[in-house]
Amino acid sequence: MSPTSAELLRQVKSEIEEIDPSEVKELLQEGAVIVDVREAEELASGLLPGAKHVPRSYLETRIEGIVPDRSAHVILYCASGNRSAYGARTLRDDLGYEQVQSMTGGIALWKDRGYEVDVPKALSPEQRDRYSRHLLIPEIGAEGQQKLLDAKVLLLGAGGLGSPTALYLAAAGVGTLGIVDDDVVDLSNLQRQVIHSTPRVGAPKVDSAEEAIHALNPDVNVVKYPVRLDASNIMEIVSGYDVIVDGVDNFPTRYLLNDATVRLKIPVVSASILGFDGQLSVFKPYEGPCYRCLFREPPPAELAPSCGANGVLGVLPGTMGLLQATEVVKLIVGIGDPAIGRLLLYDALAATLSEVKVHRDPDCPICSRPPDEISDEEMGVFPDYEAFCAAAG
Amino acid sequence: MATIKIPPVLRASVGGEREVSASGENVGEILRDLADTHPATATQLFSEGGDLNRYVNVYLNDEDVRVLDGLDTAVADGDTVVILPAMAGGS
Repeated sequence: MSPTSAELLRQVKSEIEEIDPSEVKELLQEGAVIVDVREAEELASGLLPGAKHVPRSYLETRIEGIVPDRSAHVILYCASGNRSAYGARTLRDDLGYEQVQSMTGGIALWKDRGYEVDVPKALSPEQRDRYSRHLLIPEIGAEGQQKLLDAKVLLLGAGGLGSPTALYLAAAGVGTLGIVDDDVVDLSNLQRQVIHSTPRVGAPKVDSAEEAIHALNPDVNVVKYPVRLDASNIMEIVSGYDVIVDGVDNFPTRYLLNDATVRLKIPVVSASILGFDGQLSVFKPYEGPCYRCLFREPPPAELAPSCGANGVLGVLPGTMGLLQATEVVKLIVGIGDPAIGRLLLYDALAATLSEVKVHRDPDCPICSRPPDEISDEEMGVFPDYEAFCAAAG
Repeated sequence: MATIKIPPVLRASVGGEREVSASGENVGEILRDLADTHPATATQLFSEGGDLNRYVNVYLNDEDVRVLDGLDTAVADGDTVVILPAMAGGS
């Protein structure tokens, strides 16, 4: 005779190993993988701290992505401890997980005991609509979108590179965009700086950018810095940002930024443009090379066209700025292979994208040392370049 | 023969070309050949002492010659040498 569902549940629970919430609490820091097997709509009131979410109905197909190691200690829980019991038996008997337990009483008992839960931030209906094309991509989804909404990205310059980067990061829902630029919009900017517009010629670029960003996505918090970045203000400005987007037009600031971000361990998505050529790399301090590992010293003025006004194809900063925006999104969401240790070279006339390898320099004056050994006095230091540029006009 | 990719800042020194051919057994000889053919590139590539300037990166195919054998790195027929000074344009 077939068992009733109550009999089946008793049978399953007798076969698997159960664990009391008090023991789970002790194991939270011990490396056990906690998996919540409830459905998505049950999560609003909270999950166990650090728990992964795999709905019971997807357990067999998705658990390997979360727990590839069959010998790992896995603890399942649900609302009251029944679905997790079935799940534990499946993982042990059908998939060969060696150490699986089901938490007695589920999250209901956990909460009755007064233990801590993490309440996930939920997207509003308007946000679910606005970001629906992100939610449909498994690599981003609601979790990735929430990371974007929580992220703080600083853009150095609202110019050629900063314009497309700012617009697309705002559209993607990056929660806070800081913009450093002390310039005003000039008519000659509009050939490429698409965040600005003809009626805003003469306006501060930070104000013009803010207006465009809020018109596109009012959710974005814009923090304006209408200043020139220098050694006296850089540490204060960049602190607290998750990613810096470097589109500055001069070497002194690029070296200064590098040194500050290595000290603060903040990744920099760096690009530069000239004529029909663009370069891009991601400098993630201590995981890959830094800007000084790549370019040990800046070229003299005659080889450094950044010192004066130079021509650039108007669409080129669009191409390079959007490659930067893509790297920023990847870093925030934690997907793909960012361009760390690689310099991408885009040749617009040839329509080619090639790359060269960039290695950490064991003798790098900055990133070969621990961050706390880098002093204020060393930041941005190299042969007297600003005087050189000034002399070159 | 190897192909040398010329960066924007050096193109005026090679008659506007984006790529030129040069011959030599190693990276140093290839760059010397370039400097002999296009003398305007010499001071931009080499210091007075004959070393490669520190602000010029050179790659053999996609690898930095600094992690290979520097200017002594052997070059095979058909290899590509990339000359790459830093660029800072952004606005």
